[in-house]
Amino acid sequence: MSTTTASLPLDWTYAPAPEKADPNISERYDLFINGEFVPSSDAQYRRIIIPSRETFLCEVAEAGKPDIDRAVRAARSAYSKIWSKMPPRERGKYIFRIARLLQERAREMAVAESLNGGKPIRESRDTDIPLSVAHFFYYAGWADKLIYAFPGARARALGVCGQVIPWNFPLLMAAWKIAPALATGNTVVLKPAETTPVTALKLAEIIRDADLPPGVVNIVPGGRSTGQLLVEHPDVDKIAFTGSTAVGKWIMKALAGTRKKYTLELGGKAANIIFEDAAIDQAVEGIINAIFFNQGHVCCAGSRLLVQEGIADTVISKLKKRMETLILGDPLDKNTDVGAINSKEQLDKIERYLQVGQEEGAEMWQPTCPVPEKGFWCRPTLFTNVSQSHRITQEEIFGPVLSIQTFRTAEEAIEKANNTPYGLSGGVWTDKGAKIFKVTRQVKAGVMWANTFNKFDPSSPFGGYKESGMGREGGWHGLMPYVELESL
Amino acid sequence: MVSIVRQYPNSHPSPPVDQVGVEERVARLSQRSIKKESKVVALKLALSMIDLTTLEGSDSPGKVRQLCYKAKHLDDALPDLPHVAAVCVYPTLVRIAKEELKDSGIKVASVATAFPSGQSSRETKMEEVRYAMQEGADEIDMVISRGAFLRGDWAHVYDEIAEAKSLCADQARLKAILETGELGTLDRIRQASDLALAAGADFIKTSTGKVQPAATLTATLVMLQAIRDFHQRTGEKRGMKPAGGIRNAKTAIHYLILLNETLGRDWMTPELFRIGASTLANDILMQLAKETTGVYQSLDYFSQA
Repeated sequence: MSTTTASLPLDWTYAPAPEKADPNISERYDLFINGEFVPSSDAQYRRIIIPSRETFLCEVAEAGKPDIDRAVRAARSAYSKIWSKMPPRERGKYIFRIARLLQERAREMAVAESLNGGKPIRESRDTDIPLSVAHFFYYAGWADKLIYAFPGARARALGVCGQVIPWNFPLLMAAWKIAPALATGNTVVLKPAETTPVTALKLAEIIRDADLPPGVVNIVPGGRSTGQLLVEHPDVDKIAFTGSTAVGKWIMKALAGTRKKYTLELGGKAANIIFEDAAIDQAVEGIINAIFFNQGHVCCAGSRLLVQEGIADTVISKLKKRMETLILGDPLDKNTDVGAINSKEQLDKIERYLQVGQEEGAEMWQPTCPVPEKGFWCRPTLFTNVSQSHRITQEEIFGPVLSIQTFRTAEEAIEKANNTPYGLSGGVWTDKGAKIFKVTRQVKAGVMWANTFNKFDPSSPFGGYKESGMGREGGWHGLMPYVELESL
Repeated sequence: MVSIVRQYPNSHPSPPVDQVGVEERVARLSQRSIKKESKVVALKLALSMIDLTTLEGSDSPGKVRQLCYKAKHLDDALPDLPHVAAVCVYPTLVRIAKEELKDSGIKVASVATAFPSGQSSRETKMEEVRYAMQEGADEIDMVISRGAFLRGDWAHVYDEIAEAKSLCADQARLKAILETGELGTLDRIRQASDLALAAGADFIKTSTGKVQPAATLTATLVMLQAIRDFHQRTGEKRGMKPAGGIRNAKTAIHYLILLNETLGRDWMTPELFRIGASTLANDILMQLAKETTGVYQSLDYFSQA
């Protein structure tokens, strides 16, 4: 007879559950120019590392001036000889094909993204890759319907688009940039971020496999100087940039007086406003998703929590308990909630802000979760006893760091939410519909989420007020920055 | 008749529940991947939390005896198995179960209060609780009056639970079945949970198993949150019992994940968490046999009762 009983409370730790799909990453990647992989002119390669392990992942060619020239030439030639003459529905077919091929290789793309970027496989698998695929599908559908997007006008492509993307959503940002550009008939030279070029180069393989005419999409990895070369290249017609506000300001200056059009999607310091009548447990979950999604490396992250004073203690206590249950560790583990910080440089920046916050008198709290010895890690962090004038409230940290303030009235919450140079996103949590409308109408942000956060869809425009950028990406609106309208 | 302990206000301020948010949380937790040793630990823990249940009009003393034997000897071919937490029967079969299970450490739970509908007079329902207690029940699984609750007569429901609790006294623990499938919204499930906890229920339980939907992960998460808030407010630890429709090991593990990440390790014990089920045990045994032997065995190798 069996007699054992499990009557003692049990500490149940989940065994490792790594995603084992082969990411198919080559030892070395070259530049993708004119439909083929070619070495860079000076044969320079950058070592790409796995941020969760600080080990070598692959090496990637670094594009210099001759390479950017070559890429822009290829894009120009593809534009004038092939792409601009192709019937729009044929363009659409190519984009659909890219979408399907990407979908077929979703699993390996997810693993590659998590290895290279440090984000949890749950996010790359459930967010980055499916959304990237959705963007290609969505814009493929627009390719032959532009006349309906702009009634009474002919939408003409701009020509060659230089696109510079960040390291936080490497493949998704590539999709956001490439899909609408191709749908509207432009050709592309895209520079992925210096630490995270892998999925963009894997996308280059897919683009090659899709038989896209050579030169329509060119991918030129490199660092800041490569980006600068692309932005300043005289034969580029449009610049699309996602990244920091500082670089965005530099781009505006660099492009002033040129014929180039540009869209900028920059930083943010979003307010996440929790009212007393909110569904508290779901709001706490929303706070977690808002700031700890992708380790807070999210331009629209809800990094400023504004909580109504009557429930502040409850919310903070629940938040701390919930943060204790976050699983930090191996990005490839299916149970990981919080992955690695993308780079040493970014980790240093976050740690500086943790220091600054404490020096300014804010109270820092972190859960007790263990942190792996190797790799770049930052525990999820919250700051209380924070005011509007604290730097951790004003400046974008781009890490898993939440600053918490309280408010008494809706007016005060709105005022605090708007008291920032940014205006990218925001959240409001309340059980009352009227309050949602009141607040969302008055907070100046490109997207406001109600009773949820960080929801994205290819049909929905995304972009910021003020120093969060100009122009919109996504949706019908995302076609606009890639076309010139002519009256019929 | 026991007098009313205290009136429950008809407008108790339960926090609102956002269904979309609850469903997202449940979906996310259901993605947890439980492997290897953590799976074995979970399977054994789930076995030890089962209220092995038979609640049919056709239940006979023979059937209950068989069930009790199964409760004690889940599978003698597998090493180190726990026994289930309790056997759950109708009041008339409590005495049989009690005899069979004496000295086993397995509790006998009895449904009561006009199970499953609760459609009877308060006197009759309390009389049934008294009867089950006399027959020797260690636990009383009462149904709440959903009609009264939905009409807004929360005081009625509160008093009913409080009275049953006072009848249980020190002898039995009380589980209040909310029948979440009849409550309609997660807001009401939360309100009923708060009410039952305030009235003194030792456990709150989702369902009778006679109404669809029975136990769901969303209802369970909301109830676990109510238990967590109650603990925060009072320091008291109350239990949770999802019941009905939990038929396989994977689903049971999903419930344990909700428990683990909502209430934490203090609740990872049959003292505070039960799973009401009739066929779950065999599926868990199959999984455990697979973890031991590497292959799935035919269901024919596991006794039905």
